[in-house]
Amino acid sequence: MPGKLKVKIVAGRHLPVMDRASDLTDAFVEVKFGNTTFKTDVYLKSLNPQWNSEWFKFEVDDEDLQDEPLQITVLDHDTYSANDAIGKVYIDIDPLLYSEAATVISGWFPIYDTIHGIRGEINVVVKVDLFNDLNRFRQSSCGVKFFCTTSIPKCYRAVIIHGFVEELVVNEDPEYQWIDRIRTPRASNEARQRLISLMSGELQRKIGLKVLEMRGNAVVGYLQCFDLEGESGLVVRAIGTACTLDKLSSPAAFLPACNSPSKEMKEIPFNEDPNPNTHSSGPSTPLKNQTYSFSPSKSYSRQSSSSDTDLSLTPKTGMGSGSAGKEGGPFKALLRQQTQSALEQREFPFFTLTAFPPGFLVHVGGVVSARSVKLLDRIHNPAFVGIMGNTRSYKLLDWNSFNSDEPETRDAWWAEIRQEIKSHAKALGCHAVVGYSESTSICEEVCILSASGTAAVLNPRFLQDGTVEGCLEQRLEENLSTRCGFCHIPYDELNMPFPAHLTYCYNCRKQKVPDVLFTTIDLPTDATVIGKGCLIQARLCRLKKKAQAEANATAISNLLPFMEYEVHTQLMNKLKLKGMNALFGLRIQITVGENMLMGLASATGVYLAALPTPGGIQIAGKTPNDGSYEQHISHMQKKINDTIAKNKELYEINPPEISEEIIGSPIPEPRQRSRLLRSQSESSDEVTELDLSHGKKDAFVLEIDDTDAMEDVHSLLTDVPPPSGFYSCNTEIMPGINNWTSEIQMFTSVRVIRLSSLNLTNQALNKNFNDLCENLLKSLYFKLRSMIPCCLCHVNFTVSLPEDELIQVTVTAVAITFDKNQALQTTKTPVEKSLQRASTDNEELLQFPLELCSDSLHSHPFPPVKEHLESASSNSGIPAAQRATSVDYSSFADRCSSWIELIKLKAQTIRRGSIKTTVTVEKASPVGDGNFRNRSAPPCANSTVGVVKMTPLSFIPGAKITKYLGIINMFFIRETTSLREEGGVSGFLHAFIAEVFAMVRAHVAALGGNAVVSYIMKQCVFMENPNKNQAQCLINVSGDAVVFVRESDLEVVSSQQPTTNCQSSCTEGEVTT
Amino acid sequence: MTSELDIFVGNTTLIDEDVYRLWLDGYSVTDAVALRVRSGILEQTGATAAVLQSDTMDHYRTFHMLERLLHAPPKLLHQLIFQIPPSRQALLIERYYAFDEAFVREVLGKKLSKGTKKDLDDISTKTGITLKSCRRQFDNFKRVFKVVEEMRGSLVDNIQQHFLLSDRLARDYAAIVFFANNRFETGKKKLQYLSFGDFAFCAELMIQNWTLGAVDSQMDDMDMDLDKEFLQDLKELKVLVADKDLLDLHKSLVCTALRGKLGVFSEMEANFKNLSRGLVNVAAKLTHNKDVRDLFVDLVEKFVEPCRSDHWPLSDVRFFLNQYSASVHSLDGFRLECGGTIWAHCNLHLPGSSNSPASAFQVAGTTSVHHHAQQFFLYFQ
Repeated sequence: MPGKLKVKIVAGRHLPVMDRASDLTDAFVEVKFGNTTFKTDVYLKSLNPQWNSEWFKFEVDDEDLQDEPLQITVLDHDTYSANDAIGKVYIDIDPLLYSEAATVISGWFPIYDTIHGIRGEINVVVKVDLFNDLNRFRQSSCGVKFFCTTSIPKCYRAVIIHGFVEELVVNEDPEYQWIDRIRTPRASNEARQRLISLMSGELQRKIGLKVLEMRGNAVVGYLQCFDLEGESGLVVRAIGTACTLDKLSSPAAFLPACNSPSKEMKEIPFNEDPNPNTHSSGPSTPLKNQTYSFSPSKSYSRQSSSSDTDLSLTPKTGMGSGSAGKEGGPFKALLRQQTQSALEQREFPFFTLTAFPPGFLVHVGGVVSARSVKLLDRIHNPAFVGIMGNTRSYKLLDWNSFNSDEPETRDAWWAEIRQEIKSHAKALGCHAVVGYSESTSICEEVCILSASGTAAVLNPRFLQDGTVEGCLEQRLEENLSTRCGFCHIPYDELNMPFPAHLTYCYNCRKQKVPDVLFTTIDLPTDATVIGKGCLIQARLCRLKKKAQAEANATAISNLLPFMEYEVHTQLMNKLKLKGMNALFGLRIQITVGENMLMGLASATGVYLAALPTPGGIQIAGKTPNDGSYEQHISHMQKKINDTIAKNKELYEINPPEISEEIIGSPIPEPRQRSRLLRSQSESSDEVTELDLSHGKKDAFVLEIDDTDAMEDVHSLLTDVPPPSGFYSCNTEIMPGINNWTSEIQMFTSVRVIRLSSLNLTNQALNKNFNDLCENLLKSLYFKLRSMIPCCLCHVNFTVSLPEDELIQVTVTAVAITFDKNQALQTTKTPVEKSLQRASTDNEELLQFPLELCSDSLHSHPFPPVKEHLESASSNSGIPAAQRATSVDYSSFADRCSSWIELIKLKAQTIRRGSIKTTVTVEKASPVGDGNFRNRSAPPCANSTVGVVKMTPLSFIPGAKITKYLGIINMFFIRETTSLREEGGVSGFLHAFIAEVFAMVRAHVAALGGNAVVSYIMKQCVFMENPNKNQAQCLINVSGDAVVFVRESDLEVVSSQQPTTNCQSSCTEGEVTT
Repeated sequence: MTSELDIFVGNTTLIDEDVYRLWLDGYSVTDAVALRVRSGILEQTGATAAVLQSDTMDHYRTFHMLERLLHAPPKLLHQLIFQIPPSRQALLIERYYAFDEAFVREVLGKKLSKGTKKDLDDISTKTGITLKSCRRQFDNFKRVFKVVEEMRGSLVDNIQQHFLLSDRLARDYAAIVFFANNRFETGKKKLQYLSFGDFAFCAELMIQNWTLGAVDSQMDDMDMDLDKEFLQDLKELKVLVADKDLLDLHKSLVCTALRGKLGVFSEMEANFKNLSRGLVNVAAKLTHNKDVRDLFVDLVEKFVEPCRSDHWPLSDVRFFLNQYSASVHSLDGFRLECGGTIWAHCNLHLPGSSNSPASAFQVAGTTSVHHHAQQFFLYFQ
């Protein structure tokens, strides 16, 4: 079924001089889609040609529309010789294929050449006419939306979360084809760029088909990666979570749904509000809409009759309040059974999401991970798989013991690993894995495949309809409703998969919780955290002999378990040193190089109020008789204790004192000076159990038995805290800070160091690596000092080993400023909350009117302070109807911006003259002023380039995302043969990354957006050959193009009549303010 | 462990004003780091020297990439590679085109050619400004000169439009371009006491009143070149000193008007003929290029120095010059009912000329004579 693609080439500017004689260029443009090519006229002798072409029309299948990129080539006409290419623009037209995303792509695109970089810009307009296809056997999947965001996108509501989708496409790498010997580097690079563009289009289409099969309409947490396997090919693979999303419409349309009594009842148990009065005010959770029918209504109505009274007494459960501890077992079994049925039909119950709708996550088990070493030319089986984190058990499979003869596909490799993950999750008593991700590390012909996630028990109501009985539902929700629910262990206490130290939850005191919790997800928004979080990193290097093929693979798989173990120990030590008890966003990266392995784990440490206070770190010497040694040990011990105390102060960790008796937790046994135990492996190819547990003891004991251990302790203490005013984390939001101001700065920093090849030892290597990371962080703090107080969020480290003695570290993060004064106030609230844990009614009360007005606010986890303010103000005697209009911004996606219009709006609001509008006018005036100022700043105000914000987070502080325009997924290659002239490797890469940013921004702006969220640089492969004066770099980035509206502007717009909608083009003006 | 590569790229390009200054001043990375260390930044931030080195390198690299765009500021506005807020863009441009007083004083009025560029190292050693910085400033002058040389319209407007400079800086550049174009001699020892501000003030008045643009705004190169016709006309002023009666009459008119008002009346009375002759001769000679170049030297020699040797206070010089040109009107054959507006116009500009009023006035005042004379001839012929 065809669609019609229309392209118009308007003009060019800043073109390079192609004709030395005249210092001008005779440019024309070739527009290519699939196999069809159109050309514009030659615009003679100009660096700013105005082609103003006709509409070039391509009639194509929608399958092609999804796969193919639009290729625009700018050339210089030459009468006597071949035309010279100036550069190209690839435009992914996918965003035009969704019904509600962008309708037109129009704007200035940088003309990019793989050898020369950006060479001028071209103005292009692209449109698509798409006809509906009702063919059931179609191969296209137009209309399925893709999001990189690993949470439910802000202006949508998840109706059903279907689950895991994956796909993988393999092709030969053009760089390694025979033809590459005779073609130019430019041709080779372009072939590669084009191929990858095609492959990712195809991949996306195939995933879309799978989603349609599952009856979903979107993929959330879409992660696409490239494996450059060299000779053996090019793999493009993607994973994601299929969902059925529903766009949040204006509350007016939504309100009637709340009026139905049965609906109303459904919400009650979910919110667990002890005050029945608020129920009658007609609440509606953000997760409900009419299309969602997960349970038979009759079971519901039966339930609802008693729910009000039951729920007002939270502690009263079906099993009786006295035996809360025992209750866990049968209940969990029931729960598991229920959800299993929901998940059974799924091959892999995985979710790439890291943040969830409230109530989705019931329990979290711990991190599960699996790794496998493969040889790329030949097929081998998993060498190593393990469970990490809480579970602390390892299985080591000798990869030699399996030797299948039949060739496997890469699909099978991944399937194996996923199976492994699934079984680990089961062992933890969990039926699902959340925060799931996959990665590879390739060196020559050896490839390490890794997968990791967090084992979890989920609330089935989101997964499928009709499987949940009402009674279970209610119990479940009771459980959920406590803010500590997710910490409670999902596994059976008596039949634990690994030894752990359990105590009663410090929050509800009914359920058991582990002493520490490791997860790969973001901190749930409703979790109670004490103090602030911080970035915790474990860094590790291991030397490895150079070897070939199988010997190499064996060596690597032998090293892996030790690395995992050490990384884990380091994480645990550092966590204790910080006085915290949980890790979120854990990401362990193991990189393989020619002669070494690198491990880098990053996570955000927090103090969860529900978990027990972590004990200190105890140092034990091996030779207690030696007096001076003892002294040294005690000195170290003192230092450690001091550091812990200092950290507690720094991160404001001051948990409320709760006497042990009340909690009823076992009194810690006397300290056992037992060493961290690593059990011997039973036999060569059998399972090796690594016991990482630390027994039932209060303090964590580090035994110093040799100089290595001493080094380790020293290295623990060398980590310098960030300078005052700085915080850092690798999760979306910094726990303990929630009053962000609007200034954000996304950045990428790359460092490569060359190791001195002489006598490298593990320690020296570790130290070098540690210094590299620490210095990099210090540099970032210094560079961003003007933003203090600020927080580096989503700090994402990537390590690669491009050559023998080179270590490359790439960091992408965003710095967000926050208001220090407010921060102080808000940090107190969690403490208060934890003290009066049950009395959250206040907050619940406040949330109700909000939910009534607009779900989007609720699903916006971000500025609770503001929400509360707003809700507080809305509580103060403004009738509900009026409120509804006041937050009715979803229908105002298109806003106005120019100050004249703003003034008009102001005039209007003044005429209306209600309480609400006076507030609005006040808030509007600074905006207006800002615009005035801009206009009057004379020479530079006429800039045509709109600001496009970029952030790795899923939100923009102080702003509301009103529209998702589509996924941005771009792949660039840049090569140079004049490295020195371009400022050496630093100059080359600096320019290239700046160009990549520019191209991403240009594409977003052309789609009509003003920001990229969930931006990620997935690959940055840098190769150099200084002797030949050459370098090459490949970069792959992705993100979601969005339109956002500043909250301050929003109020202006929303307070006036819906009829005064302004053009969407105004967004361009708006962003310059 | 050596660092091979070390970069930081922000979505919004970070600009550190201090480092930008150091870069513009032509310091090498090592020198800049040393200077930053001395400024005590390490103590303030707790950073290490290595961090500072990396930061400085990074900024230098960014500036280096930006430099190409700064050569054509409108490009900086429309480019897509660096996302810089408008206020920062303005700052970058303004600072890049800013110049050192000491340097501009050396180059003012010289031909902006390769030859002059070769002498930059002498200037560098003389002024203590780094050679890099000298080159940048020189290249800026040259670039602006080349762009606006052949352009129609107001000189200041053209500069502002093509280089997005602030009003003040654009005026300064107009002066520099004007001086370079007419090659006025400013380097003589006698002129050393005059600052760039003084010359810029003169240049502005001359552009307003002496150039083709002042006559007809549709002419080519209107603000760059002096109006030849006007210079020709100035010759006719000679009658003021050649005709003895006229000279006496003029003198008596001036003396009557100024009697009692001038502290140096007697000196003025004694010197009137000399001064008048000096002024008129300077004006009459301006048809020759050589003399145009020496305009300022001549003025100082023929008018300012006699005044100075007699210790004329500034206010007296002003009175004298005002009266000197005003009296011309009442002479026979010089009737004119202009006066008011033109004088008001000139006087508005006079006091605000410069921080060194004495010197400024002496030249500026002289200029206004010619200004008036020009108007005069315009009306009568």
